[in-house]
Amino acid sequence: MGLLARRNLFHDKVRFAVTLTGIVFALVLIIIQFGLFLGFTTTTSNNIDHSNADLWVVFHGVGYFDTGRNFSERKYYEVLSTPGVERAEKYMQAFGRWKRPDGRVENIQVIGFHPGSGLGEPWNVVQGSVADLKEEDSVFVDELYREKLGVEKIGDRVEIGDHRARVVGFTRGIRSFTTSPFVYATFKSSLDYTNPASSEDSTAYILVKASPGVSPAALQKRLHDRLTDVDVYTTAEFSRKTRFYWMFTTGAGLAVLTAALMGLVVGVAVVAQTIYAATMDHIREYGTLKAMGATNRYLYRVLMEQAVWSAVLGYGLAMIVAHFIVQASEKGGAIILMPWSMSLGMLVLAVVMCIAAALVSINKVTRIDPAMVFRG
Amino acid sequence: MHNLERNTVIRARGLSKIYREGATELRALQEVDLDVRAGELTLLMGPSGSGKTTLLSILGCILRASAGTLELLGEEVSALPETELPRIRRDAIGFVFQGFNLFPTLTATENVALALDVRGHRGAAAKKRAEELLAEVGLAQKARSFPADLSGGQKQRVAIARALAGDPPILLADEPTAALDSTSGRAVIELLQKLARVHGRAVVMVTHDPRVLPFGDRIIQLEDGRIVQGETSLADTLEKSPFLEPPTGEQISQVLSI
Repeated sequence: MGLLARRNLFHDKVRFAVTLTGIVFALVLIIIQFGLFLGFTTTTSNNIDHSNADLWVVFHGVGYFDTGRNFSERKYYEVLSTPGVERAEKYMQAFGRWKRPDGRVENIQVIGFHPGSGLGEPWNVVQGSVADLKEEDSVFVDELYREKLGVEKIGDRVEIGDHRARVVGFTRGIRSFTTSPFVYATFKSSLDYTNPASSEDSTAYILVKASPGVSPAALQKRLHDRLTDVDVYTTAEFSRKTRFYWMFTTGAGLAVLTAALMGLVVGVAVVAQTIYAATMDHIREYGTLKAMGATNRYLYRVLMEQAVWSAVLGYGLAMIVAHFIVQASEKGGAIILMPWSMSLGMLVLAVVMCIAAALVSINKVTRIDPAMVFRG
Repeated sequence: MHNLERNTVIRARGLSKIYREGATELRALQEVDLDVRAGELTLLMGPSGSGKTTLLSILGCILRASAGTLELLGEEVSALPETELPRIRRDAIGFVFQGFNLFPTLTATENVALALDVRGHRGAAAKKRAEELLAEVGLAQKARSFPADLSGGQKQRVAIARALAGDPPILLADEPTAALDSTSGRAVIELLQKLARVHGRAVVMVTHDPRVLPFGDRIIQLEDGRIVQGETSLADTLEKSPFLEPPTGEQISQVLSI
């Protein structure tokens, strides 16, 4: 039956090309949408995930990273004096205005941290050194936003919130979900850039590193019991809250997932139509098989094998196309992620999609009247 | 191979088939009694719409009779559940169709091997058996040809080889010579006759083709779903083969008393 399945599938090359096109189209659409979802999700929490902190202390009620609210730095000292804390650093996130050398203004998200602390620092540094940020009015930006921010190289000068700033380094691939590029500066400079009137005695976040042997969960409870008016999250918790906010509370993720679902539906419809049409082309052969004594189960297996062949070949082509799209996205503002688990999942999805599509044909074949073979 | 005794392998009693569409009722077959014996080539004849193909379909267990009983090889099959019928078709029956019904994407050998595959025989042994069957029908040299590269007669012989794949005691053929020229038709009918007389199979053949009359051991004439003339033998009546000298309409009418 395998031979018949393959021969019938590959015999009509045009039809098979249409089938494969449908599968590839559907899979690439799904990969892009899921990849965007993963990319967006990762982007929303990238500063948290790369913070190297065990715990985040945030103003009570702050639900996600991009709305940090300042609180007194007395909390910072309370944290520092808590047993089990190895290190703690103040950390700032606030929106600011970036004036390009040509005078145009762009919104940015300023990240303030303590260079050399090892907590909350930018990563994937491709030009300059984080230590260079210790120089007054110096900033790091991501090379993805060179054009948007109007800077080309180290040493370019701009204004942030009426303060001078000089680019001393570039990172690679640190995207901002809000479309306002991240600009890294010292904690002190970040206050000047975003709200000159604010006190240096306040902070939006406190990043905490637990002492060796102290579990973050235990330290979290200790800090929670000790501090008032703030919330204490593990890095994973705060990351999850931030991702959930952007992906589901705002509807951004639902929109992407809906598009992925639409891709799946379109894919099943296209593949079902082509497999059904191919089955109808060979309907007399299936009738002959039934007359010869083939069971419905035998016919299912022929159709299933065709579905699996279609799925595997369509998947292979889709992965090649997706690979190029994913590569191209690395240079854009919205990255499409395709981890190996997703690649594997797509194979399973392709097979399930094609088998689901084949069910329509199976239903038709099951109902074939074998007496049709005697009709002219 | 089956013994050459003239034992009954098909016994039909009171077979009727009624097609209903809304209030309309079509009696395709009415109270047909029929015995088919091994070693004989039985011809089912009659005008279009007389019920020949319906009867063949019921005998082949691919159509259910509305009434009556059918025994194949001593097994009452008319009462069997639908799920049992494929087994009967695999074990007892080989079909030969007017339009050949070969699989165009498979070679001659693969077409025959597919019939073995349906019966659970696969691999090298199945391929060898398929080649043997093709050799039996005189097509060893065309084993690797696709149907599109075969003549009508060759296609029908492949179809017969395929029908023999399960070594069935019963062969049912639906107008197997209708689409063939006289030479190919003669080769096919001779082959079917040999399968009946030499190999002891029961061959039932629906035909309109007067050229095959001398080859039939029995002729069953159907009209309006009823057997109007049974148990007639033309082979002994006509001395010359119609393929060499086709019978006249008068000859046929005399024999069949039409």
